[in-house]
Amino acid sequence: MIVELGHFALILAFVVAIVQMVVPLIGAQRRWASWMNVAEPAATLQFVFVAAAFASLTYAFVSSDFSLRLVTLNSHTAKPLLYKFSGVWGNHEGSMLLWVLILTLFGASAAWFGGNLPPGLRARVLSVQAAIGVAFYAFILFTSNPFQRLEVPPFDGQDLNPLLQDPGLAFHPPFLYLGYVGLSMSFSFAVAALIEGRVDAAWGRWVRPWTLAAWLFLTVGIALGSWWAYYELGWGGFWFWDPVENASFMPWLIAAALLHSAIVVEKREALKAWTILLAILAFGFSLIGTFIVRSGVLTSVHAFANDPERGVFILMILAVFMGGALTLFAARAGAMEAKGVFATVSRETGILANNILLAVAAFVVFVGTVWPLVAEMAFDRKLSVGAPYFNAAFSPFMVAIAVLMPIGALLPWKRASLARAMRPLWGVLALSLASGALVWAMQTGRSALGPVGVILGLWVVLGAAVDLWSRTGRGSPGARLARLTRLPRADWGKSTAHAGLGITVFAIAAILAWQVEDIRVARQGERFEVAGLGIELREVREVQGPNYRSSMAEIAVFRGERQIAVLFPEKRSYPVARMPTTEAAIRNGVLSDIYLVIGDPQEGGGWAVRTYIKPFANWIWGGAIIMALGGLLSLSDRRYRVAAGARHTSPGAVPAE
Amino acid sequence: MRRLLLLLAFLASPAFAVQPDEILDDPALEARARDISAGLRCLVCRNESIDESNADLARDLRLLVRERLTAGDSDAEAVVFIVERYGEYVLLKPTASGSNLILWIAGPLMLVLALAGAGVYVARRRRSPEPAEGGLSEAEEARLAEILKE
Repeated sequence: MIVELGHFALILAFVVAIVQMVVPLIGAQRRWASWMNVAEPAATLQFVFVAAAFASLTYAFVSSDFSLRLVTLNSHTAKPLLYKFSGVWGNHEGSMLLWVLILTLFGASAAWFGGNLPPGLRARVLSVQAAIGVAFYAFILFTSNPFQRLEVPPFDGQDLNPLLQDPGLAFHPPFLYLGYVGLSMSFSFAVAALIEGRVDAAWGRWVRPWTLAAWLFLTVGIALGSWWAYYELGWGGFWFWDPVENASFMPWLIAAALLHSAIVVEKREALKAWTILLAILAFGFSLIGTFIVRSGVLTSVHAFANDPERGVFILMILAVFMGGALTLFAARAGAMEAKGVFATVSRETGILANNILLAVAAFVVFVGTVWPLVAEMAFDRKLSVGAPYFNAAFSPFMVAIAVLMPIGALLPWKRASLARAMRPLWGVLALSLASGALVWAMQTGRSALGPVGVILGLWVVLGAAVDLWSRTGRGSPGARLARLTRLPRADWGKSTAHAGLGITVFAIAAILAWQVEDIRVARQGERFEVAGLGIELREVREVQGPNYRSSMAEIAVFRGERQIAVLFPEKRSYPVARMPTTEAAIRNGVLSDIYLVIGDPQEGGGWAVRTYIKPFANWIWGGAIIMALGGLLSLSDRRYRVAAGARHTSPGAVPAE
Repeated sequence: MRRLLLLLAFLASPAFAVQPDEILDDPALEARARDISAGLRCLVCRNESIDESNADLARDLRLLVRERLTAGDSDAEAVVFIVERYGEYVLLKPTASGSNLILWIAGPLMLVLALAGAGVYVARRRRSPEPAEGGLSEAEEARLAEILKE
């Protein structure tokens, strides 16, 4: 019964979305306030209905209602409670329901917090948002209904993919979707502005918090996914350039570009058409990501659904929204005349360079991701594009961004002098290069990757610090220190996020350059040495978990004669899902992780054991979290809370209608 | 993850990629073998190199690479040997030949185009007169630039 109510609520939400798509838009065109006012209650109502649908599906999972097809396929009575919850979105249908739940949450937030928007813009934004909703409700109800019943319910379910039974991955999809779907707000704002034919500083200010929020959720989501891969896959890889990872990475890159260019719109009223285009593309890449994941075109593990019907449906959604928005863009972009004037060397051009690098980097990822498909269809060549391609074709862009970032961040608006911007940075540059040289000298006979990582990391992190310090103006150090605490949070956010990127860049270079690997047959009680550490396999025993069996090894780690850790790597087997997983045991350290994996028993005694020393591993995700924190600081800046409205009337702007 | 999903498909027993018994005695040779393996795709896996995969086929390929290297092949010869037998699908880094040139050129070309577009935009922004009040004439602009340069 509860399930049927949820199903019905979802259909009601579909109907409400259709109304919200049509009525406020007509109202905005005709300037009928009563029609425009339909948007807000409708947005709230949509959210309430979808939340009810989601709650009822969650109830079905938690109560193990196996008369529901989805629950049977993805749950089991013995599954721990947390994974009964996360099982709701650990499958295609449920994850799409989560998708629309977040979509309506964003729509409703725009209605709740959009009080300072001009009524016309708000009505149009909510109407576009509802249009996206309509498409996805139709997708769910017609091709992937989570509320399908089974005629004969089985006694027990088939369990969730054991790889997904993990705390890191339980929260990975919600964050990722908050990011993907958050970009729909930027898209709605862009399309609404195109319909209105007006983009000004106020628009830049409104669209920026949504983009920032989407970007920071994406950052956290990607970091969680990468961290999960690191500890779960059994050899400590953290990024694979898998199509599905790329699907989340492309919107991240575009969103990063967008939230920078929106600053230019806000402060200088330039780069307007470009910013609109980025907002459209960012959501376009989110849809492409959904398409890649959901259609199984470029199959990988994440492709729960290998159903062409669904793929075609999402492709149609993509075609309608991208085609429509880009047509509108082509027709109206000319009206977005820029007002701000700036010199060749200025913060405007700095941000433009950032945008070019990020956008082209996203383009490279896109080309590499779809190339196997294109090559097969157009040139009849069956080939692969894997990590080595992306490392070669993508990394230069990140290096360029890291090199330019501290300089660009210090340039003033309108007109700048490179010499002046560089003045506080020479010391940083010298220090970074010297440290790099020192590291180079210390690690004889290895690649340049490590030292380059040190140089770039220090340059970016210290550059961010210099940037923040320079904001305190002149005066005695004491006075500047006092001013430092009173700087706007946006300044802190900028420097924090930039420093986070520096940390991640350094950590990736460090782990790739300096990790140590050891593979061997270990006999019980015999100690062997890896990178100065003594490793000793004590015993391997069989353990029974709630829904799995496990061979658990006990391995002691020594530094000299002192025992520093005892680790328990496992090899698990999930009988219901009939699937094995490796559970690496990791001793997290600030400077390096000790990463142990147990393999098979060997003929003639002993077990295969893999030992890794992973330097600065946690800094990769630490940097990402710091980036997200920077975004959060920026988001909490007072200019978004106080008087964010008040669009200054600009005599120059003429509506295109 | 791909590795494990593969296991799901083949219902193999858990194992991990490079096994202790595969490792060559000569560390330099082994290092070369690892480098080559990282660039070769495990044919039955999703986007995974033979170095990471624990499929049987990946193991066969790893042993083949090591066999070739011990027989005195150079890295390139060993790779060619494998590509001749398994097709260019095994290469994770596609060759820059024929239609693949598009793949390799797309990024740099886009960068050049974007820089050119941005150059035109910046030039136009720089030249366009300051709107509304406070605008400077070109002569004033030039003078100001001179002053700022000093």
